[in-house]
Amino acid sequence: MSEPLLRVRDLVVEFPTRRGILTAVDKVSFDIAPGEVLGVVGESGAGKSLTGAAIINLLEPPGRIGGGEVILQGQRIDNLPMEKVRKIRGSRIGMVFQDPLTSLNPLYTIGRQLTETIQTHMKLSDADALARAIELLTEVGIPAPETRIESYPHQFSGGMRQRVVIALALAANPVLVIADEPTTALDVSVQAQIIRLLKKMCAEHGAAVMLITHDMGVIAETADRVAVMYAGRIAEIGPVREVIKHARHPYTEGLMASIPSLGHDSERLQQIEGSMPRLTAIPDGCAFHPRCPKAFDRCMKERPELIDAETTRAACWLYDKAEAAT
Amino acid sequence: MTAFIIRRFLQAVLVMLVVVAIAFLMFRFVGDPINQMVGLETTTEEREALRERLGLNDPIIVQFANFVWNAAQFNFGISYQFKQPVSGMILERLPATLELSIVSAIFALLVGMPMGVYTGIRRNHWMSKLFLTVSLVGISLPPFLIGILLIYIFAVYLQILPSFGRGQVVDLGFWTTGFLTASGLKALILPAITLALYQLTLIMRLVRAEMLEVLRTDYVKFARARGLSERAINFGHALKNTLIPVITVTGLQLGSIIAFAIITETVFQWPGMGLLFLQSVQNVDIPIMAAYLMLIAFLFVVINLVVDLLYTVVDPRVRIDGGAPI
Amino acid sequence: MTTGPETRAEFLSRPHGFATRMLDSDILHSFKQSKLTMLAALVTFIFIFGAAFAPWVAPHNPFDLASLNLLDSLLPPAWEEGGDPRFLLGTDDQGRDILSGIIYGTRASLAVGFASVIFAATLGISLGLMSGYFGGTFGTVIMRIADIQLTFPAILIALLIDGTVHGIFDNVTRADTAYWVLILSIGLSFWVQYARTVRASTLVERNKEYVQAARLIGIPPFLIMLRHVLPNVMGPVLVIGTINLALAIILEATLSFLGVGLPPTQPSLGTLIDIGQDFLFSGEWWITIFPGLALAILVLAVNLLGDWLRDALNPKLR
Repeated sequence: MSEPLLRVRDLVVEFPTRRGILTAVDKVSFDIAPGEVLGVVGESGAGKSLTGAAIINLLEPPGRIGGGEVILQGQRIDNLPMEKVRKIRGSRIGMVFQDPLTSLNPLYTIGRQLTETIQTHMKLSDADALARAIELLTEVGIPAPETRIESYPHQFSGGMRQRVVIALALAANPVLVIADEPTTALDVSVQAQIIRLLKKMCAEHGAAVMLITHDMGVIAETADRVAVMYAGRIAEIGPVREVIKHARHPYTEGLMASIPSLGHDSERLQQIEGSMPRLTAIPDGCAFHPRCPKAFDRCMKERPELIDAETTRAACWLYDKAEAAT
Repeated sequence: MTAFIIRRFLQAVLVMLVVVAIAFLMFRFVGDPINQMVGLETTTEEREALRERLGLNDPIIVQFANFVWNAAQFNFGISYQFKQPVSGMILERLPATLELSIVSAIFALLVGMPMGVYTGIRRNHWMSKLFLTVSLVGISLPPFLIGILLIYIFAVYLQILPSFGRGQVVDLGFWTTGFLTASGLKALILPAITLALYQLTLIMRLVRAEMLEVLRTDYVKFARARGLSERAINFGHALKNTLIPVITVTGLQLGSIIAFAIITETVFQWPGMGLLFLQSVQNVDIPIMAAYLMLIAFLFVVINLVVDLLYTVVDPRVRIDGGAPI
Repeated sequence: MTTGPETRAEFLSRPHGFATRMLDSDILHSFKQSKLTMLAALVTFIFIFGAAFAPWVAPHNPFDLASLNLLDSLLPPAWEEGGDPRFLLGTDDQGRDILSGIIYGTRASLAVGFASVIFAATLGISLGLMSGYFGGTFGTVIMRIADIQLTFPAILIALLIDGTVHGIFDNVTRADTAYWVLILSIGLSFWVQYARTVRASTLVERNKEYVQAARLIGIPPFLIMLRHVLPNVMGPVLVIGTINLALAIILEATLSFLGVGLPPTQPSLGTLIDIGQDFLFSGEWWITIFPGLALAILVLAVNLLGDWLRDALNPKLR
């Protein structure tokens, strides 16, 4: 397999509080291959957004990276000085946030915001930067870009604004785009459009995508592989089809089963008993064991690492070959 | 946008009317105007005649209309205490107050704003902490106390600056100025600093608070995620967004400098409108009080209007509120 | 960050009861963290204590004309040459002890300060509640008045009210009514902030379902506003109150200094500073500087407390 674009190894994100240090992301590891779309799903509070923010060191204090490594194209980026991190942001890793209304500065035209980003990373003249900005707007599907480029954010609808945001994220041709809930704040009718646009733009620009969302439907349509996060850890990771159809980890199974489908006729909605633990009270061993129908002794004492389970990898002792042998 | 301007203008007129009404009520019903104007020996018939001649028996509406008409022509009646036309007295003292106020306002702005920006950007630098401590003292010390302290240090102890009066002034016809003489300028220093200090502190704290607020917004986060330099973020994105609320409050503060001049003029015996107003309060000289009220109100209303118009220049959301989203 | 409801075990293991909740709370924690705030609180407490128990705390009674001796006049502070240890901070031209003057003056300043804040708060909260709950023309009119008043600085309003009231009651001497006129004028200058905040909160709460349910049951509006809206609004009101207190003290001192506040017969700190200003040039600096320092320290302490309170109650800054 070719060299992965991004390697994340044992990433830890913690928050010092007066009650002690809270670990919001606890030794998370995954790879992203060039050009692939990796989905990251999980409930609210599972640590998905923090993982994304940590990759480009955009954590808000008092949050901080507490350990682990982030390696981009073979080079370690988590321990770089701020100046170097700034160079990476935008030019090698782009980011798309959830709310397009608050992501754009209301006082500047989108043209200004675009050319500013372009010229920060590329040595282009004003005219060339403007031309490129118009090109980008055309690519993301803004009609009449030459005139719209003088408009302000509040003059666009939500969907159009998100298109502008995508254009901004891709303006300097990054190799990876981290999209944090890019469609959650949009109308349902617009969501599909934006997701498809994101996928298309990234494919055309040759960028990989880390798609963070709680919406399995979006993942199913868009992602190549998916990582399921629970309580700050990865529960399962693998190709999208496999994780959805043949989930290995009991949490993923429960998650898939609880999604109502039009095909099946059932009387009650399925759900997983209990709820995700609070950061101050994460159980010992496997974080999911209190709610797991298949838990056994070892689950309560030792925290499982990601183990190969045929088609996917799951952090579950059920798949430990040594265990199975006993 | 024209609708906006017209609406604001009408509001301004309404406020002025209310203020003039209050001034009229004060003028007419607080104490007895006749008693104030005549001596003890005047007979009742003579008082009645005077009352009739001054129109004090006319219907209230007529009196009010006369009052408004007079006020519009800067005729504010005769001072009870000095037996002189009020407008003349005010005009005579106007230059002193205006010169003092303008110098103070400029000083407060020129020093307060950069300090505010600095303490907002470099939160943890020791200079920021120093500025903040000074600002706390500036807010806590009542202006008159600051004046006294300055007098004590510079006039009594060091004896390098005068402690009262305006110094030598040059008569320019309708205006007397202290700018053109050395003694005039020296006399201006201590009062100007006293008057400016409170405003300066307020401006600095406000700018700082706004900067901190803006630096936490999503669009600043997105700008960081795009790799824009700290300089571009602080002075491009953050500063411009800070300006809007700052403009409003600064405008209002500038207006109140003229009101605060009352205190400074008293401490330094500066022969301005404020000192005149204070004496009128002490002696219940209603015509001067009413006149001062109306003048100050007019000033405030005008400043408010200007500030609102400035808004439209700075904030495109107000300017282009007719733009339809696509 | 924290997710999921607490388990029963977790709930039972936490401390309950008001006192324990207070001690464990974030507010108290941030209080203990800041030495400066604790110092400010201590200073404020000392001032309040001294003021409340003035007759017992002050070494002399500067208003007891019989105890004054002109031979004691214009004495410098005790540590200077010519000073007298009986009068720690010196005396003024009538032989009155400066320190005692400060203690009694603080009493006057704090009395007017607190009274006007309470007046302003009561007026503002009531008007805010009513204008928010009942709305309509009444509500709008109140808010328009508030807006107009807000454009003028408090000192102007206070001066105008002061002058007008004295003008209306011109047969009563200024000195007798000084306290009440002061409280009235300062209070009337500051009600607006309370009214606005309370009105905003009221508007929010009014549309909530439990309020509508209460109305259906027939609970009188007054009780609804008292029980439901008021608690929600106490935090911001408290912050406004502390800032207000500092401003009220400054305003009172300023008015007294300008000669339209408390008279020399029952002086506040402002009056003392005014009296002392004339002596600055003849070298008797202590008559004005010490009351000045006292005023400055008092207001600084109250401001620090207010600052801390504002930061502690602001969830966004944590």
